[in-house]
Amino acid sequence: MFLINCPNCGPRNVSEFRFGGEQHPRPELDTVTREEWQHYLYARRNEQGVQTEWWYHRQGCRQWFLAERDTKTSEVLGTYWHE
Amino acid sequence: MPNDKLNHWLPWGSKGRMWHARPLKDRYDVVIIGGGVHGLAAAYYLARDHGVTDVAVLDRGYIGSGGSGRNTAIVRSNYRTPEGVPFYDESVRLYEGLSEELGYNVMFSQRGHLTLAHSDRSIKGLRERAETNQILSVNSRLIWPDEIKKLVPALDVSDRPRYPIMAALWHPPGGIIRHDAVVWGYARGADRRSVAIHPQTTVTGIRTEGDKVVGVETDRGFIKTGVVHNATAGWCSTIAKMVGLELPVVTHPLQACVTEALKPFLDVVVVSGTLHVYVSQSDRGELVMGQEIDPYASYSQKSTLGFLEGLSQHILELMPGLVHVRVLRQWTGLCDMTPDYSPIMGFTPVEGFIVSVGWGTYGFKAGPASGKRIAELIATNRTPDLIAPFALKRFYTGELVGEKAAAAVAH
Repeated sequence: MFLINCPNCGPRNVSEFRFGGEQHPRPELDTVTREEWQHYLYARRNEQGVQTEWWYHRQGCRQWFLAERDTKTSEVLGTYWHE
Repeated sequence: MPNDKLNHWLPWGSKGRMWHARPLKDRYDVVIIGGGVHGLAAAYYLARDHGVTDVAVLDRGYIGSGGSGRNTAIVRSNYRTPEGVPFYDESVRLYEGLSEELGYNVMFSQRGHLTLAHSDRSIKGLRERAETNQILSVNSRLIWPDEIKKLVPALDVSDRPRYPIMAALWHPPGGIIRHDAVVWGYARGADRRSVAIHPQTTVTGIRTEGDKVVGVETDRGFIKTGVVHNATAGWCSTIAKMVGLELPVVTHPLQACVTEALKPFLDVVVVSGTLHVYVSQSDRGELVMGQEIDPYASYSQKSTLGFLEGLSQHILELMPGLVHVRVLRQWTGLCDMTPDYSPIMGFTPVEGFIVSVGWGTYGFKAGPASGKRIAELIATNRTPDLIAPFALKRFYTGELVGEKAAAAVAH
């Protein structure tokens, strides 16, 4: 168990959130090939260490945001809104 | 010698040691990364069936220290897809003959596997699995509360619980096995056929020339080889990235626990997909219990209180009589989850880099079949039909093998 600092609500227990997977850039829809699109859909870095990932505060403000988290220790280094 | 027969059944075998520490050579025909059931089975079948004995099995810890020693030892073949059922069934059949094959008692107890349904929708899902299983000659059928109560008197089949038990999928060939013995037995069998087992050897890189594997970098030096088999769990993405491959895998922790020993009262494996729990009673009388994967990606193997609370709540809903039973210990393993809950087996775009990864929560039960077929693939340089549907390329051709409905956990 660990805490996540929701940019809107402040530190809350991880059980209030939904994990949304690692952030990876979406390819340009006009130029993307099928293979690139399938890669975007399925392939993951699955980092052992710090990664940027999506979280959704489902039992709070119901907002999606980004977090930097170490996947080896679950230490959350920072949270922020997308863009 | 008269003692040979007895020694045969003793854990140290007739040659004194289960396996030998051999010097690490600077080249092998095949290097297998991961000394668990998948890696050791592949090495064993390479040597036994194909005469390929210049094989090294590397593990960063001791053998069987990963998923092979952390699972809840359940073996079954009541899967959902026509691709999955025959594959896992081959594994069950290999497990059935494994004690005799390896000359080592793996204590496979085919006590039966019971998957409970608590809703109309899950009855439909189980019925679909039963029909698919029967067409493919796997013994499994739908049963109702009166028969369930006879099989497991401890279950509460009344309508009092929040999710009453409505039906179940009964799979008699399923059961539990002594997972460490499977690892040790394969290790011994492989060692006797000259396979080199190197624990405490960490792979730090894989050297390629063009799109071809030429060797493995380890903390004990460079090993020249043309074939590298990635048979790891928890490390599969990290190792695949050493050759520039990103796999469709996300690693999640999966926790389990064991209670104090009780008198024998439960002689089948009980699973509930709705409540996300599974429980069986070991030969020592302890209840071995597990739940769903942790709901976020992590490589942490720390146990959590949340898991224990959720698990206890759900187990007590099934068997209220266990209310005062104490938990002895809990532990965590790593599961490499794929989008369709089926594994990734076979060739990759990098020549000489073979994978048997992404097993999610199904890895241990598939070990023998995966090992046997990967050995065949390496020896013949051709993908066996049985594992062809599980190739990495399915994610690029859109031919996924959806086994999520056959999972006890994590819907």
